[in-house]
Amino acid sequence: MNGIHDLGGMHGMGPIDPPRDEPRFHHEWERRTFPLFASLFVGGHFNVDEFRHAIERMGPAHYLEGSYYEHWLHAFETLLTEKGMITAAELSGEATPTQPSTPPPVLTVDMVEPVVLGGASARAKEDVPGRFHAGDTVRAKNLNPVTHTRLPRYARGKVGTVEMVHGAFATPDTMAHGQGEQPQQVYAVRFTAKELWGVNRPDTVCIDLWDSYLEAA
Amino acid sequence: MSSHSDHDHDHTEPPDAIALRVKALESLLTEKGLIDPAALDALIDTYEHKIGPRNGAQVVAKAWSDPAYKARLLSDATHAIAELGFSGVQGEDMVVVENTAQVHNVTVCTLCSCYPWPTLGLPPVWYKSAPYRSRIVIDPRGVLAEFGLSIPDDREVRVWDSSAELRYLVLPERPADTEDWSEAQLADLVTRDSMIGTGLARQPAAV
Repeated sequence: MNGIHDLGGMHGMGPIDPPRDEPRFHHEWERRTFPLFASLFVGGHFNVDEFRHAIERMGPAHYLEGSYYEHWLHAFETLLTEKGMITAAELSGEATPTQPSTPPPVLTVDMVEPVVLGGASARAKEDVPGRFHAGDTVRAKNLNPVTHTRLPRYARGKVGTVEMVHGAFATPDTMAHGQGEQPQQVYAVRFTAKELWGVNRPDTVCIDLWDSYLEAA
Repeated sequence: MSSHSDHDHDHTEPPDAIALRVKALESLLTEKGLIDPAALDALIDTYEHKIGPRNGAQVVAKAWSDPAYKARLLSDATHAIAELGFSGVQGEDMVVVENTAQVHNVTVCTLCSCYPWPTLGLPPVWYKSAPYRSRIVIDPRGVLAEFGLSIPDDREVRVWDSSAELRYLVLPERPADTEDWSEAQLADLVTRDSMIGTGLARQPAAV
């Protein structure tokens, strides 16, 4: 979707102003929000693409004003409600919580280390051949789905060169909408500053793009 | 969403209101048996105390010291990084890109805030915020100048937008006059920002 999250190339967002040092979490509520992601992911309540899409569906003004962990909190509330694991009335304390009919898996203390060190790779178990090779010239398609995609707007219609072939990965466009992994090759495609922004600089941007986002050019 | 939450979403909430929302959610999920609060504590402890940019600094220092390791790191970063015990969530599939006299690399995630957790820990606020994500792809030299970094005009600034599940780590250039330094000494020169690409490794005179 052409959402507010798709920030690459926008103007007017202000200076970076990086602090020299900062705490891991700026508020206690951020500390408590952070571990809910891994816990709920292991519980099978959502995948990472559904999670990202829930954040992308935030109101644009709220997205820009809200902090990173507020985005997370919004996604947890949204997805757990949409999937029927909690209700708004339960969350507000107006209804007595009911137990899930089928208890889902729960991340316990003994699982934390293996989960953290093991992760959950989106790489496909079996490779899927792709259409392109390193050095090929490709064009990012001018796609504008209203659904989730990882093709940034600033790359659409632009011509670049395949810099790296990464292997086959689950497709976020289907993963975010209950349509399965449908793995495809992913490529790092290198675009010149001239192609992206019309300026003569030696600089480039490499963007990781799925096979179906691309056509030969 | 609840009308309560919809109302809250119309404006920036004070931290107290967000804190109440987090508390309500954690309590509800605990009561329903969907989360184990002790596991939450263990996760927080892991990312506060065990996982951070010193991990990545060890990887860089080893690559500077050991040409065979560097070759493995550049050809199969995931496994080379795992040799040092760093792996897992948000680093399942790693790519290391090397700074040279021709190319200066810098990483971003314009669509969200993807970042290599096992080697760099959790991302700083500026990395996740709109100014950095919007500007680094269109004005990389202007952004790097705000970090005090000036890249020669004839050197390519190559921005890696991690729009997929690959996570990028920059291998900064090894500072001069460090030939007889140990890996531990070299690791002290490696900053978080030098592995994002918004900084360089520290010079020996700076330590």
